[in-house]
Amino acid sequence: MRLAALLALLPCMALAQDIRPSRDYLAPELRAMQDAPSRHPGWLWVDEGEALWTRGAPSCASCHGDIAGMAGVAARYPAVAADGALLNLEGRIERCRTQHQHQPAFGYESEALLSLTTAIASRSRGLPVNVATTGPAAPFLDAGRRFYETRQGQLNLACGQCHDENAGRRLRGDVISNGLGTGYPAYRLEWNTLGSLHRRLRACSLGVRATQFPLGSAEYMALELYLASRANGLPIESPGLRR
Amino acid sequence: MAEITARLTLPATARRGEVVAVRVLVRHPMERAVDAPGLTPLPRRILHTFRVSYAGAEVFRASLSPGITANPYVEFTTVAVETGPMVFEWEEDGGATYRREATLTVA
Repeated sequence: MRLAALLALLPCMALAQDIRPSRDYLAPELRAMQDAPSRHPGWLWVDEGEALWTRGAPSCASCHGDIAGMAGVAARYPAVAADGALLNLEGRIERCRTQHQHQPAFGYESEALLSLTTAIASRSRGLPVNVATTGPAAPFLDAGRRFYETRQGQLNLACGQCHDENAGRRLRGDVISNGLGTGYPAYRLEWNTLGSLHRRLRACSLGVRATQFPLGSAEYMALELYLASRANGLPIESPGLRR
Repeated sequence: MAEITARLTLPATARRGEVVAVRVLVRHPMERAVDAPGLTPLPRRILHTFRVSYAGAEVFRASLSPGITANPYVEFTTVAVETGPMVFEWEEDGGATYRREATLTVA
């Protein structure tokens, strides 16, 4: 019985070992730049986010104190809120803003929300991802796994056909990573700016000529949770630097 | 002069006569007025001039062109002379200017 359970676990363990942090797939120059806050433009958003943290009445700091206290928070998102909704860090901030600060929501992909998200996520830099995958998160995780494993679009590809079976090989000018979201929000050279994981996922959907879901949609939210579960134990890299 | 988001990286301290590296990263879209089918043309708005003065002298000046990326990064070296402010100034298309200061401490 115990042997059977161990055998059933083996393929999962082998797979887990194959998942490497996104930074391992970066070109050496980009990796060096990602590690240098004086040269990495993503840190400009961290500066702006930290300024926003203390602005307004009540400000984020009025309840949460210094932003240094946010260490480790980003590692736990996406997470299921008390009312049963799956929230990522962006969603959590927007909820705080509308329910506790009584301000209009920033809007997904707005500069203010990107700045705050990046500033909070940067406080977890280097800490291991630690999202809950059981209990109320389980149905969302299943939905995310289904999304990941389902062939989509005119090219009829599932996420894993690139990000598991061909990770480390080249696709056009870039190296395929394991498709983790640990670097997001990330500064992407192709965008010439910083953007969210969902913006990147829309680019993935476009790449396989599948339906692009809206930013913050339930589909991408569940996928974000599944990607985070794949990254459990691997370090947060936000703000990342990507091609 | 308006404030602008920038990361100014100087060594914590320097010896007199030491050559120090100064790193400057500034937040700016560097809108280069691309006009192509499907795009809404915007007027050009880039930081076209960047000047740095320190210890009563201009120590660095650059003309930036529309081919330069958004959020441009500049690194230069200068000689540490005295403890004092290093003043960074940018000129933008349309006449706006931005200014930031950082202190270089010479032991």
